[in-house]
Amino acid sequence: MTVEPLSRRQLFERAQRRKSTLIAAASSSLIVLLVVILIPKMPRWGRVRQSFFNAERFTDSFPRLLHAFVLDIKIFTWSVPFIVVLALLVAITRNSRSPALFPLRAIAIAYTDIMRGVPVLLWIYLIGFGVPGLGMDRPWNSPLLWGSVALVLTYAAYVAEVFRAGIDGVHESQRAAARSLGLSNMQSLRFVVLPQAIRKVIPPLMNDLVSLQKDVALVSLIGPVEILRQAGIDKSKFANFTPYLAAAAIFLLLTIPLTRTTDWLLERERRRTSGTRVR
Amino acid sequence: MTTPKISLRNISKRFGTVTVLDGVSLDISSGSVVSIVGPSGSGKSTLLRCINLLEHIDDGELLLDGNDVSIPGFDPNIVRRRIGMVFQSYNLFPHMSVSDNITLALRRVLGLSRVAAQDRARELLARFSLSDKELSFPDQMSGGQQQRAAIARAVAMEPEVLLLDEITSALDPELVGEVLDVVRELRTVGMTIVLATHEMAFARDSSDLVCVLDQGRIIESGTPSQIFGAPQQERTQQFLQRVINSGRL
Repeated sequence: MTVEPLSRRQLFERAQRRKSTLIAAASSSLIVLLVVILIPKMPRWGRVRQSFFNAERFTDSFPRLLHAFVLDIKIFTWSVPFIVVLALLVAITRNSRSPALFPLRAIAIAYTDIMRGVPVLLWIYLIGFGVPGLGMDRPWNSPLLWGSVALVLTYAAYVAEVFRAGIDGVHESQRAAARSLGLSNMQSLRFVVLPQAIRKVIPPLMNDLVSLQKDVALVSLIGPVEILRQAGIDKSKFANFTPYLAAAAIFLLLTIPLTRTTDWLLERERRRTSGTRVR
Repeated sequence: MTTPKISLRNISKRFGTVTVLDGVSLDISSGSVVSIVGPSGSGKSTLLRCINLLEHIDDGELLLDGNDVSIPGFDPNIVRRRIGMVFQSYNLFPHMSVSDNITLALRRVLGLSRVAAQDRARELLARFSLSDKELSFPDQMSGGQQQRAAIARAVAMEPEVLLLDEITSALDPELVGEVLDVVRELRTVGMTIVLATHEMAFARDSSDLVCVLDQGRIIESGTPSQIFGAPQQERTQQFLQRVINSGRL
């Protein structure tokens, strides 16, 4: 078998590729080296290592934290569908054009302004302590329930703005084409505008969901024992901060695969539907 | 005399203080090809959009088969089902394959089954030499292919009238021909066509009526030989002279 000799261009490109790989490898190892060498040289590194990087505390707390984290995942899982539906309704209402819907539009605008204008934690306190205070019977007085409601209401406002930007980002000519085919306003929205709008906003949407995933921990401040509170309990019990580090690791275990998967899905969709890409 | 397919009676359209259409009247008989020509900004696109009720008409009447469809409260979807439109920048739905672009309205508006809609789509794609593009996405096709697919999408609805809004303006010169061939073919099967165009040669050779629009008014209309051979209005002469000077006729 004969091997085709490489052309001058191929040789040049191969050299370029090798050069980039070399630069990347060199710069990465330099940074890792600096971190590994310099940080232990800090004056109180020994103390910090003892209270934040204690292997024994880590392995002891980890299963408890993982167990407590199930509650975070539960709150997240039941909140997301409500957030997405409510946010879509608000976004669609804000983008409606009929003059008859003006009152609804005004309510939608007021809603997003008010919910986004107040810190999430404050809403959790106000709704999570306020509504159960009305004296309803179980299960309607659960802080877990009303804490989740507070999360849903605030996050729906943020996500609604994301959806609205997506809907605005679909060019008017798409709507014109849909309407010219005889599709109704709602059909145009459902089949033409929203599918494009949602594809456009998946990255910012995921950004909001990753935030939500972290803000779920705020619900612990009105009672439920989820991972952050469990980490706090362990910290106090053993006078060691390592449980917080373990909690951080657990959060990352969930959020990093989540974001990587989204990027992968987006890339696959882009390759499927688009033409050639500039380099 | 037979009722025209479409009658425009004194149609006016304003955007804020700008008058885009200023009392346009025009009869379009069934099976005819009407070319609307005129300088940029003369209101050609707006006129077509008004016929499809994509724009609200400020004044005047729009009759379809003698019935006023411009009265307030009239369901525009009924009109749009009967009048198809093709746009300058194709406006295909980028998130759908060509086949889905064509079948969407067939299924959701006309209520065809998926299979029946796909059959009709295949038939049209074959007719417009796009059979191999059925499952392609718009971004994967050339401009000429996209525009032929957009025409297929409009024709699939079996409209009584087809509005073509400068459908070759965004195309490279060598792709214009393949799209105009499709329009010629539609003409031979008796489709009523109204086109806004800068393709003067096409307007001259392939239309039954040519209307010259200037500043929102039809300043002159007639057969191609009248308009291109012996234009009466000075502004028509000036317009044609500019077109000839720029090498487009």
